[in-house]
Amino acid sequence: MSSNHVRQAGPIMIDIENITKDYVMGEEIVHALRGVSLQIRSNEYIAVMGPSGSGKSTLMNMLGCLDTPTSGRYEFNGRNVSAMNDDELAAIRNREIGFVFQTFNLLPRADSLRNVELPLIYAGIDPETRRERAARVLQDVGLGDRLDHKPNELSGGQRQRVAIARALVNDPSIILADEPTGNLDSKTGEEIMALFENLYQRGHTIILVTHEANIARHARRTVHLRDGLIESDDGDFGGIGILPMEDRLEADATL
Amino acid sequence: MKRFAYELTESWKIAVAQMRSNKTRSTLTALGVIIGIVAVTLMGTAIAGIQIGFDKSMAVFGDDVLYVEQWPWKPVDDWWNYRDRKKIKTEYAEPINRIIAATPNSNLVEAVPTSSLIRSVKYADNEVSNVLIRGTVSDYLITSTFDFKEGRFFNELESRGGANVCVIGYDVADALFPSDSPIEKSVLINGQPFKVIGVIARQGTFLGLFSLDAIVVMPLPAFQKYFSAKSDSDILVKVKDKTRLAEARDELTGIIRRVRALPPEKKDDFSINEQQALKSTLDPIKNSIAIAGLFITGLSLFVGAIGIMNITFVSVKERTREIGTRKALGARRRTILLQFLIESTALCLLGGFIGLTVAYFTCTGIGKAFPSFPIHFSLGLVFVSMIVSILTGLFSGFAPAWTASRLDPVAALRYE
Ligand SMILES: Nc1ncnc2c1ncn2[C@@H]1O[C@H](COP(=O)(O)OP(=O)(O)OP(=O)(O)O)[C@@H](O)[C@H]1O
Ligand SMILES: [Mg+2]
Repeated sequence: MSSNHVRQAGPIMIDIENITKDYVMGEEIVHALRGVSLQIRSNEYIAVMGPSGSGKSTLMNMLGCLDTPTSGRYEFNGRNVSAMNDDELAAIRNREIGFVFQTFNLLPRADSLRNVELPLIYAGIDPETRRERAARVLQDVGLGDRLDHKPNELSGGQRQRVAIARALVNDPSIILADEPTGNLDSKTGEEIMALFENLYQRGHTIILVTHEANIARHARRTVHLRDGLIESDDGDFGGIGILPMEDRLEADATL
Repeated sequence: MKRFAYELTESWKIAVAQMRSNKTRSTLTALGVIIGIVAVTLMGTAIAGIQIGFDKSMAVFGDDVLYVEQWPWKPVDDWWNYRDRKKIKTEYAEPINRIIAATPNSNLVEAVPTSSLIRSVKYADNEVSNVLIRGTVSDYLITSTFDFKEGRFFNELESRGGANVCVIGYDVADALFPSDSPIEKSVLINGQPFKVIGVIARQGTFLGLFSLDAIVVMPLPAFQKYFSAKSDSDILVKVKDKTRLAEARDELTGIIRRVRALPPEKKDDFSINEQQALKSTLDPIKNSIAIAGLFITGLSLFVGAIGIMNITFVSVKERTREIGTRKALGARRRTILLQFLIESTALCLLGGFIGLTVAYFTCTGIGKAFPSFPIHFSLGLVFVSMIVSILTGLFSGFAPAWTASRLDPVAALRYE
């Protein structure tokens, strides 16, 4: 089965060190993240797991440049994200990151094609190229015959495919999916996971958040969070650096 | 730059889609702007109408004619100083014209004497009262332009000889001769018959205060023969180059002082009036009426704008998650700001367009029903209304759009 095949990971793409995130709720301060360090290489496929409230979504928002950490260092492709302003963050989100949400978050009145075109508009791509690329990506996710369907004319699984196409259309460095199968039945969920597997095999970098072990098993590396801290990370090699590729393959095989 | 254009078209599409999907809400909100624009536009047409009437009234005086009179054309505090001034006499015209002729490069053309009083005019059983009876010379036509409905003005011969002929205004002709032509008929003034040789075309009113058509003009010698006692006399002087009015004025002042033999140490005991000075006296009054009118109607537009602001706030609230999604996909603050500004502006433009259409038909309606009502609908007004609509849209959309653009993406995505 191809899903056991581990592709060679590339250079370090995401490097976070001792990230914390506090939320002030009136008198009380919620420590959503208490010091998380993580290195992610390109072409990794990572599942983030952990109990509810452990900070998974907070971490994903941080990685996706939607939010900035209270303290800690974040480098994305060698650039210091913590020091970026709103517009620079928006540009990173637009070009480098593809978001897939649990609730799909499609624009209700726009058809599939227009939904997928959206990131390209913000990237300043001309209309023809936009249409062409959006149509091609929709084709790739198996929705070539649903270009002019509005979200309410699509099934849940199809909606999530549109959302994945939207995440892919600007050719991002990384795909972040927060419980992408959370609103889907298990069969449709598996179909979506097959799509992610396919993307991974084609060289995409994927991080997904999930509660379910049989979803997480699709990933090649699993990070467990608890109370805002990393509890375990089977891809973390003690921070010494990354093992030579052959050793990693062994390490993965022994799982 | 290109991206801005794409974002603009995108925003415009969203705005149209948004209005389509919320038809009732959009219409009701736009109603406020519609009413506001109708009010402002109608007020604008009225002001334009007043302005045109004002200019027309002013044109009666001619912009190249100086009026030598006892009183100035402006309110005075020390009226007693003016009351005791020596009267202006029609006889001045002759020496003035002699001096003008003797002055090389004079900026003046000719002086025309006039003398006027109010009397009633009779024909058979018909009578018009409060008619301005004016005696003058045939050259009166160079200072006062008017068209003739029929007949002609008196010629130099009739003017000199003081023939009992007269030219009557439109109102006088209308009242005395409702069904037939007044030409060659004799009207009675002070029991004295004057043969009508011309009828002046309708001139309208002066600032809506009194009719310019209740007038009878006759040769000066005839006038003096019968009415000289209580009449007021002025000298009208035509100017050669109206761009050099001030010089002409100075020249004329010197001439009048000479004619009246005024010693140098004495101040002028006469006034030289002109259209421009009158205009600058009346302009502030007219302008404050216009400003007050626009301000009051502007309030209704303001209320409409608040309505748009409100609905845009609602729209931002409703679509908080959408805003979060857009931000996650790379929309910048400016993009979101633009999107909601365009939404509110589109609404206002729609309202403005409908309002303008309503105002146009109202105007044409009023114009047909009451021809004398001063309204004037112009292309400039259309332009201004559209600009005002856009400004209203920007004004009312700014606060909500700003709020939307400042939303924290994570909070917006979490919003239920
Ligand atoms: N905007 C916020 N204001 C206050 N507290 C917050 C906010 N967002 C998250 N938190 C808190 O931070 C902690 C981590 O939340 P987070 O959403 O990251 O959890 P999670 O692991 O994604 O949980 P779930 O599996 O239920 O989605 C929680 O205790 C939550 O209450
Ligand atoms: Mg979560």
